[in-house]
Amino acid sequence: MKYVEEYRDPQLAHQLLDQIHAVTTKPWSLMEVCGGQTNTIVRQGIDDVLPVGLRMVHGPGCPVCVTPLEMVDKACAIAVRPEVTFTSYGDMLRVPGSTSDLLSLKARGADVRVVYSPMEAVRIARDEPSRQVVFFAVGFETTAPANAMAVIRAHELGLANFSILVSHVLVPPAMTSILDDEECGIDAFLAAGHVCAVMGWREYEPIAARYRVPIVVTGFEPLDLLEGILMAVRQLESGRAEVENQYIRAVRRNGNEHAQDAIRRVFQVADRTWRGVGRIPDSGLELAPDYLSFDAAKRFAVDDIATLENPACIAGAILRGTKLPTQCAMYGTACTPRTPLGAPMVSSEGTCAAFYNAGRVGEPLTSATA
Amino acid sequence: MCLGIPGRVTAVADDAGLRIGVVDFGGVRRDVCLAYVPEVEVGDYVVVHVGFAISRLDEAEALRTLEIIAAMPGAMEQELGPSSPSGVETGGAA
Repeated sequence: MKYVEEYRDPQLAHQLLDQIHAVTTKPWSLMEVCGGQTNTIVRQGIDDVLPVGLRMVHGPGCPVCVTPLEMVDKACAIAVRPEVTFTSYGDMLRVPGSTSDLLSLKARGADVRVVYSPMEAVRIARDEPSRQVVFFAVGFETTAPANAMAVIRAHELGLANFSILVSHVLVPPAMTSILDDEECGIDAFLAAGHVCAVMGWREYEPIAARYRVPIVVTGFEPLDLLEGILMAVRQLESGRAEVENQYIRAVRRNGNEHAQDAIRRVFQVADRTWRGVGRIPDSGLELAPDYLSFDAAKRFAVDDIATLENPACIAGAILRGTKLPTQCAMYGTACTPRTPLGAPMVSSEGTCAAFYNAGRVGEPLTSATA
Repeated sequence: MCLGIPGRVTAVADDAGLRIGVVDFGGVRRDVCLAYVPEVEVGDYVVVHVGFAISRLDEAEALRTLEIIAAMPGAMEQELGPSSPSGVETGGAA
């Protein structure tokens, strides 16, 4: 592994790796659905040191990457309005829409601002009452409690100039969608630790039972990943299919119930389109009826919008885990983090950017099959 | 945005009904909403996502995690924004 000094305990890392080698007797494919985990696996080269045939498949775990093109286009359509201050996490600014991206619009004079919490957007709305402040509410269950509180807060403060463009997605429906695919070769999942810090893992128990697939709640540090992989392989090798928790220091079975209450108050479950994956029933959140007045898509009437994907980008196959970035003709040539053709090259949580930043080139399958 | 950074709560205040804390992330301080961790007090360690504490963490674990995140290029800036005083930072834009 490349950066052993980043490990809390290099000796423990080698012990875990030895155990993984010792227990693995068959080829297995494990999927992580967390951009932070993908980043660690690729940056540390964890996939390169696993036993022959034990394969890590990088799933749709990057919230920026799975945000559908249609939402990026809606964001752009709203951001160009002169009365609007459009706020977003920095990662979203460079995601290419059909014809532009938020950063280019900002360069051309649109009032687009980077924030690190939706509460900053609420504060801007309070401080600048003449501006229509819109927050781009993307993400998984980890960011949903923050966005819920932003809406609750804006409601309490009576801020008529605040709204959110909602593109929230949920992890368990994406997992079942992947498992329902007949070509799915996934034997076990590593569940995203911080998604589970909010939601707990009860909703994963029926998935493990129904699909006979081990699910290990795992953190994002190198040692967490090695231990999560070991726990998943042990289950597979012994024929078990349970939900286990590797990330005990931050995750409890019921998650954070205060945060879940806020999510349920402000949002309701809805169908969502995942970029590269398609429409998945009940796979996201939309504003509940009581809070619909905070819906930016309705406020600015951008519900119908035509989109145009870049035909050279294979982001869909990347996000489903069926292709690796190094199998794309554009990777590292026309498409780099400076000139991204698709979302997975933009965010540091995206698989393409993780590969590029780790200097990955050429024949990727040799590490899995050699 | 899903990484989650551990930090130590150094102050707790009420902002018009909302519980807010100042959290120290290895020297970088930010205002953090504590609404979802009502049990947390000054001195406790929490995992913070996009300005919200989501769970409590043991001190030793928090410090080691912070070391690892500090070793990841750009991770702190990406989650917390450029180093500047807590509060009104809006990302240097506009």
